[in-house]
Order: sequence, then C-alpha cells, then structure tokens
Amino acid sequence: MYRYDKYDQAMVDARVEDFRDQTRRRIAGQMTDDQFKPLRLKNGLYLQLHAYMLRVAIPYGTLNSTQMRKLAHIARTYDRGYGHFTTRQNIQYNWIKLEQAPDILAELATVEMHAIQTSGESIRNVSADHYAGATADEVIDPRPWAEMLRQMTTFMPEFSYLPRKFKIAVIAAEEDRAAMRWHDFGLRIVKNDAGEIGFEVYPGGGMGRTPFIAYKARDFLPQHQIFSYLQAVLRVWNRHARRDNIHKQRMKILVHELGEEEFTRQVEEAFQHILKLGSDFPQAEYDRIAAYFAPPPFETRLSDEIDRSDPDFAVWVDQNVAAHKAPGYAIANISLKPIKGIGGDITAEQMEVVADLAERYSFDELRAAHTQNLVLPHVRKQDLYAVWQALVEAGLADANLDLVTDIIACPGLDYCSLANARSIPVAQKIAERFADEARQKDIGELKIKISGCINACGHHHAGHIGILGVDRKGTENYQLLLGGSGDENTTQAKITGPGFDEDGIVDAVERAVEHYRGIREPGERFLDTYRRVGMDGFKEAIYG
Amino acid sequence: MAESGNPIPQAASEANYLRFREDSPADEPAVSLDSFFEQPNAVSVRIEAGDDPQRLIPHLSRVKLVEVDFPKFRDGRGFSTARILREAGYTGEIKATGDVLVDLVYFMRRCGFDSFAPDVAIDPAVLEACLNRYPHVYQHAADDAVPIWQLRHPELANG
Ligand code: HEM
Ligand code: SF4
Repeated sequence: MYRYDKYDQAMVDARVEDFRDQTRRRIAGQMTDDQFKPLRLKNGLYLQLHAYMLRVAIPYGTLNSTQMRKLAHIARTYDRGYGHFTTRQNIQYNWIKLEQAPDILAELATVEMHAIQTSGESIRNVSADHYAGATADEVIDPRPWAEMLRQMTTFMPEFSYLPRKFKIAVIAAEEDRAAMRWHDFGLRIVKNDAGEIGFEVYPGGGMGRTPFIAYKARDFLPQHQIFSYLQAVLRVWNRHARRDNIHKQRMKILVHELGEEEFTRQVEEAFQHILKLGSDFPQAEYDRIAAYFAPPPFETRLSDEIDRSDPDFAVWVDQNVAAHKAPGYAIANISLKPIKGIGGDITAEQMEVVADLAERYSFDELRAAHTQNLVLPHVRKQDLYAVWQALVEAGLADANLDLVTDIIACPGLDYCSLANARSIPVAQKIAERFADEARQKDIGELKIKISGCINACGHHHAGHIGILGVDRKGTENYQLLLGGSGDENTTQAKITGPGFDEDGIVDAVERAVEHYRGIREPGERFLDTYRRVGMDGFKEAIYG
Repeated sequence: MAESGNPIPQAASEANYLRFREDSPADEPAVSLDSFFEQPNAVSVRIEAGDDPQRLIPHLSRVKLVEVDFPKFRDGRGFSTARILREAGYTGEIKATGDVLVDLVYFMRRCGFDSFAPDVAIDPAVLEACLNRYPHVYQHAADDAVPIWQLRHPELANG
C-alpha cells in the first residue's frame, strides 16, 4: 500500500501545527465560533449532541496493522474505548475534547494518517472498491488513481470554499461495491478497444434530502486528463451554484437545474481551457504511486481446499468469504453488525485483534468497506479457520454479510441533533426479529438502510429496504421505502405509503420480506423480485 | 510557500490594506463591472461574487486593479474569479475585499490575489504564520510554486 514520502509527511505535519494554532486562537477567544467552525470542519471535527466528533480519513479504505493499532490507541486514550467505522470508509470518534484534538492529529501523523477535509465544504476522502487489488473482476487496481486524487485534491487553493461537500468514488470493476453513482463525482476505470486506460465519468450524484443518481458525462476520458476534468467540474460548480440556501448548494442540484446536457457542455468548455494549462501529473508520477500497490508476493501452488468439517465455520465461509484473484487465497469479510450491537462500532481490543490478523494472515493489509464492515483482503484459504477462530474469540464472527441483519443505520436521535427519530434501536429490533441464522440465510441478500432524518446519512435511498425517520406531530414515525440500490444498477428507493411507529416498522419489514419469500422465483434476491413485480403487490402485503 | 513573502507596507492610513506588489496602487476607486464598460477611461473595476469575470477578459489591457469581493467568507466564488483572470494573462493587481479570513489568505495568494483589504484588520503575526505554514503544494495554481509531483521527478524538469 502507499507510503508517505518526505513531502506527504511534511504536509500532514504542517496541517497538525496549523490546526493546533487555530484551536489555540479559538480557545484564546481570537476567533468566534462562527469563524472557527468551518476551519475545524475542514479537519473532521464536528460538534454533536453530547461532545465533539472527530472523523479520521482512511483513504480508499486501505490501512495496515500499525495504523489500526494507532486507531485503537486513540480510542482508548482520547475516547471511551471504541470507534465507529462510517459509510464512507472513515472512522469516527464520538467523545472528543476540543483541546485534545490537535494531539490526536499529531498521533495520526506518526502513522501517515490525517483528518484533512473529512467534513465541511471540501473535497472529501476519496473512496474506492474495498476489494481493490484482490478481486479478479477489475481492469486495474483503482487505488493508485484514488491516491493521486487524494494528493491533488488536498488544499486545492481555488476550491477553498466550495458551495458544499464533494465526494469522489473510484471503481474499476463491472460490479459496483462502492455505491459510485451516489457520489458527487463517480469514476469507473475502463479499458477501450485500443487497450488504453480511461475513465467513465459520472457527476452529480448524492443522497441527502434531494437524492440524485449520477449521470454519465463521459464514456472514455483518457486517464491522464482526469485532474483537468475534475478541476473543470469543480470550477463550473464553484462559480454557478447557489450560495443562498445551504440545502440547494450540492452539485447535484446545479446539474439538475442546468440539465445534464448544459452542465456537461459547460464542463467540457472549461475542460478544454484547463487542459492547456498543463496541470495534470505525468506518467512517471503515476508509475511511482502504482508501484506501492503492486500485488503482495502471493504464494503459488496453494490448495484451494477449505476444511469445512466445523459446521459453524462453514456457515461463516459461505457468507463472509469472497473469491480472490490469486489461487489459494480468499477475501475474508469481518462483520461489524452483531445482532445486539451498533453497526460499525468496534472496541479498541477488537481493533487490535483485527490488526494482528492482518499482520499475520493478510500481508499486513486491511480494508474498511462502505457497508461499515472490515475486510482482510488476502488470506490463504488454509488460514481461514485460524482467522475465524480468532474472530469468534473477539466477538467478530457474525456470518451475516449482506444479509437482512447487515444493516446500515445512522446515529439518529441517540446522538444527532438533527434527528427526527432513533435509528439504532430500530436496526437492533429488526436484527433481533431476523436473528435466526437459517432464516437469514433463506432470505438471502437484503440490504436494509436506516436514516433518522432526510439528510440520509444511513443511505435509505439506496436500501433494498429503506427506512426514514420523520417527525409526525412530535412523535417518532418511520417511512418504509423499497427498491433502492447502490450497485451497478443503481436505483433510488420509493416510499411505500403511510409511516409506522417503532414496532410497526419492524412488522412492516417482516411483511415485505415474507411477501418476497412467497412469490420469489428460484435464485431471485429480494431486490430482483421487487424489480420484477413492482410496488403494488408489496404495498398490499404491507398495508393489508 | 516561500514566494508569498511578506506584504509591502502601505501608508499608515490604510492599515487594513495588505499589498504584495511593488508598483504603486491605482488611485482611482473601482467601479462596478457594468460601469466599467460604460467608462472607457476606467482602470479599476470591482467584481461582485455573482459577476462573470470572463466578461472582463477582452478589456484586460486597460485594467490596473480588480477588486474581488467576498460578501461572506463561506462564499468561495472569488477564488475562481482570480484564477480565471490570471489564466487570461492579467498581471495587474487583484485585491480581495470584504469578509477575508486570515486562514484563507494563503490560498488566495495561490489563486493570484496580491492585495487584501479585509473588513476586519488582520493580525500580522497570525498572517505571517499562516503564509509560511505549508512547506509544499500538491498542485499548480496561479503562483509559481512547484508542485510536489514535480519535485519528485526532477528528471522531467526540461521535458
Ligand atoms: C450525528 C452527527 C451527524 C450529523 C449532524 C450529520 C449531518 C449530515 C447532514 C446535514 C447531511 C446532509 C448533507 C447534504 O445533503 O448535503 C449528511 C449526509 C450524510 N452523512 Fe451525516 N451526519 C452525522 C453523522 C453521520 C455518520 C455517523 C455517518 C456515517 C456513518 C454519516 C454519513 C453521511 C452520509 C453518507 C451522508 C450522505 C451524503 C450524500 O448526500 O451523498 N453522517 N449528514
Ligand atoms: S440522517 Fe439525520 S438523524 Fe441520521 S445522522 Fe444524519 S442528520 Fe443525523
């Protein structure tokens, strides 16, 4: 994986001092909170209901055991002993003291990590396929480009005050595991007929209160023009977005208001101009970065056999292990969705277990997935049993990847000042209702996503089943949505009808699931059945 | 960024006027973009956040000062305005006015701003620290700072 050189290190170190100075000036009263807020937000420091939250970037979800141990250390020293993996391959700490934030950043800098541009109106952490470099279906590893974009979008002077946040995702496979088209700027790396590498470019996606799926602006952008193209997109948006209403300033709104054709036209015009300025990086720099992502030294002639004599282990293998490109290896997913837990939460001790496993069994590499799970990307099949045993010991062996209990839920009313309703308890009740392993397995792949308000942090627009907390005459109420997806056939979920109270929504989910089980055709997932039959039958089943 | 240097002192009466140029300031008050087109002798023009700076490009040869206003620091349109003018070859003064935060001056310098007349005076010590904080830059901008990728490949310097 990528390692900082003296330049990267100097920049991150400088940011620590910058933020230390900004914090000092704020505490000394030389800055108003209004002035400090955007500065701290550009460094991932958010004020929540109970305390400050610090969001740390895990660029394109890749980290090593040293970094994971540092994250554990921070959880223990500065937080309450745990952290929370987010839906954008970051980690958040929820109980941070302002005066300690600069020290945390300094600790992170020692392991080549930072919180730069993880919130606020900035270009956020670049996300990528969490199976990058391990899956057989990718054109190339997308991470060198993601790292390139990370560097080039760090402290971009022209975009010091974008209208809103800007999120980039990069994939290189047919299958989209990164919800690419739900981002402001989605990229898919492709190879053209001449064998050249380039990008399909998808601007204008985003969730929030006005969801839009990104549209395709380019079928093939030559790879070394990507930074010029990105600057053109940002410039058009920076100049023409509204500035008078925070809810209408995301790029997706401008794309919608101008229309895709006109937005593309303006971008192409700006692009032709910017391309001539020569700000794209050269092949030599791409090669330098790509070398860090060379495949690890996989052993050859390994057996593909897995000893399945332990039935519990076999269940986990079937659900949580995915195919690897190298013979004898597998991708092992670690679920952070225990039935009674909070999705994405992990204790310092568990982080250390995972770090040890990565070091010992996965070429020292780990991934954070946008589904709030972790991944050991390169495990020998013969080591899977040992890995699983260690996970069982640490309470991390739930065999529910992509199943009905692998739920994404935002913090909701328990932690968030904007919430209408609680999310976590609803997720827990649904998980308990479907806890039976055989039942989960029979239901198959089903992605439930829950947000406590229209800001959609829990991705309800992209849920096969989405749940949205609303405020109905002062009481918590939940709307049910069906048919969303963040995969290569991205769709936006639709509302079924009137909302439910907390127990009612759990029952409604169960009725939808049972309806699917009753009418599915062989091999159909919930989403497939919904797409085949449409909303009406489900509506009837849900509302009776 | 070493290139940013320190502001060149102005007259005491202009305590809020930080200037990084050696030529003498245009002494005419800036007029609005529309007035500028009506007044063939005007040399100072003021661009509001919502104005299109590209309209000025055909007339740059007579411009000595462009004021770019920041109505609130959250409004970042002025950054693009300065870039567009510099990319069009404009070498006169570009002055940032309005809600100019000290933490953003460094980035404004990189976009081509070379003077600042903020609503609230900037503490010179804080400014100096902010201007000299980052040892390197990751990308080209309107200044002549050399991006990190270029420093990493000195062999490409002449190619
Ligand atoms: C509890 C404190 C939080 C607050 C106050 C908060 C606030 C918000 C707001 C206001 C938006 C809407 C932004 C927009 O539409 O432009 C948003 C979107 C989002 N947030 Fe949060 N959030 C919180 C926690 C989280 C957490 C813990 C996660 C991840 C697990 C998260 C992930 C997201 C995502 C993925 C979006 C949607 C991005 C999009 O529109 O494309 N948020 N959040
Ligand atoms: S979706 Fe709403 S309730 Fe949930 S975290 Fe985001 S802002 Fe808070």
